[in-house]
Amino acid sequence: MKISQAVKMAFSSLAGNKMRSFLTMLGMIIGVSAVIAMMSIMDGMIGYTMDSFGGMGASQITVNLTSQTDTRQLSDDEVYKFLEENPDYFVEVSPCVTMMQSLRNEHESLDNKSVSGVSEAYAAMEEDEIGEGRFLSYLDVEKRNKVCVIGTYIADQLYNDVGVLGSNLKIGSDTYKIVGIMEEQEDSEENSADDCVYIPYTTAARASGNARISTYYFQMKSTDASDASQDVLENFLYSVFHDSDMYTVINMASLLDMMDDMVGMMENILVGIAAISLLVAGIGIMNIMLVSVSERTREIGIRKSLGAKKRDIRYQFAIEAATVSTLGGIIGILLGGLLTTVLGNLVGIDCSPSMSAIGISFGVSAGIGLLFGFLPANKAANLNPIDALRNE
Amino acid sequence: MEERKHLIELWDICKVYKMGDSEVRANDGISFTIDDGEMVAIVGKSGSGKSTIMNIIGALDVPTSGCYCLNGIDVSKMNDNQLAEIRNKQIGFIFQQYNLLPKMNLLGNVELPLLYAGIGENKRSELAMKSLKRVGLGDKWKNRPNQLSGGQQQRVSIARALAGNPSLILADEPTGALDSRTSKEVLDFLKELNEEGNTIVIITHDNSIALEAKRVIKIHDGKVSFDGHVEEYRKLVV
Repeated sequence: MKISQAVKMAFSSLAGNKMRSFLTMLGMIIGVSAVIAMMSIMDGMIGYTMDSFGGMGASQITVNLTSQTDTRQLSDDEVYKFLEENPDYFVEVSPCVTMMQSLRNEHESLDNKSVSGVSEAYAAMEEDEIGEGRFLSYLDVEKRNKVCVIGTYIADQLYNDVGVLGSNLKIGSDTYKIVGIMEEQEDSEENSADDCVYIPYTTAARASGNARISTYYFQMKSTDASDASQDVLENFLYSVFHDSDMYTVINMASLLDMMDDMVGMMENILVGIAAISLLVAGIGIMNIMLVSVSERTREIGIRKSLGAKKRDIRYQFAIEAATVSTLGGIIGILLGGLLTTVLGNLVGIDCSPSMSAIGISFGVSAGIGLLFGFLPANKAANLNPIDALRNE
Repeated sequence: MEERKHLIELWDICKVYKMGDSEVRANDGISFTIDDGEMVAIVGKSGSGKSTIMNIIGALDVPTSGCYCLNGIDVSKMNDNQLAEIRNKQIGFIFQQYNLLPKMNLLGNVELPLLYAGIGENKRSELAMKSLKRVGLGDKWKNRPNQLSGGQQQRVSIARALAGNPSLILADEPTGALDSRTSKEVLDFLKELNEEGNTIVIITHDNSIALEAKRVIKIHDGKVSFDGHVEEYRKLVV
């Protein structure tokens, strides 16, 4: 018997008992669609997280000097010197002084806002664009000018976006001139990237009353050499402090690597869950097929009396099981795709059905049908034609 | 008398069933031959062993001992697959309950033995259609069995039995589920097939059916108790 013939037979048999065929498929449909939706949304979320991590600068190394003493300290000039001496590893550095301050103008005020003192190189390192005006300049840093660049959220809240440039903004007790507005990144929401104020780090260091700068952002020349760059930096720091507890070095690239590992693990767990759900569906199919064999004993008897060999019967039932589960798998894939799009829109993440999930679930569903169809098919094949014919 | 070929040769057929500790000898040394072109009724009461001998003749079962040759081939030692092959190529079954598959149309039902014989789709439907026309149901090929009367269904099963052009047509109580008028139709049709040269064996418990054959073999307690021309049998029972 040809496979096309067996598939045709399977379809007519399934069509003859639509309700049951559907219920049998249901396990497969739910299993496969859940797997696809889960894996695709997971992929979408991972992509989203990776993107935002990438936005934080995969090529950056952050140095935090957790404690500095009079004898063991690092000045910004020394850091810039280190940068000049290592052009093969680093291209930029920006000191960073962060403080929490209240912001005020003539009309409005905002409390407890994060104000970052950075260098003129910061915007380029972060790949942030200037919306209006300009970013801080070398001169601003050098002269400790009281100028600031603000995010669109601040501009929106304090000025309603009107006449922002050139206005004065009171940060803490000092008055700063607004020279630029950053380009909008995240819909001007609170605590987003648009909720920011940048001033020259030199000015910030003086304003905070702490002349020692404790945070530096280094821009690597290439992420490929991230480990080597980190080593160079750590050696330099150790030569200054002679104690690795006095500083921390956070390498975004290695963090991303770690994330990658975690994502891989998570995906493995998902595949495990998928396997279990498909296994359950497969057992459901086996159960129904066993019932079907008992019910169709007479049919089997008739077929055998007409000359069907064991393998013909085995083939028929195995193909039928595989057809049910494959059909269920296909419907599940379509449903899973739909679910992914709908849920993705709902959560606001851009996700599309992952091709690997579709491939895996299709293959597994067909395979499971064959595997779990085998036992019932064998049972059918081994029926004695006389007993089978006598069955009412 | 012209020399006829033995189609069926049964030599000392015994079939023993084990029921727990006791043994039941369903067939206890049955021997007879049936020639090509004969129309034979095997008659016997229920429990006489006639179903057992039918299963053996129909290659559904093998004897415990003894030898059964069909068309000169020893069938009695065959395995399941070989028996299936014999059933497929050599034997056309007609059952009391018609045994049609309810979810297939008539053509599909008649095609079944051809399907298992590995005949291609076109040739298959051509042969099946020819067979359906032969029993006068060619125009109903799209119907399902349950849309037909009992007599028509039995004709479909005859068409199915004929489709593979078997050397033996084995009818198990072919009229058991039919009223007397349709019974006669079916029997007349079987006679007609016999006139055309088909070998027909009818298994029945009903003497009036047996009397329609040309030769009667009576099975009693697993043994042949009568084997002879139908006219001799008529004298015996009337």
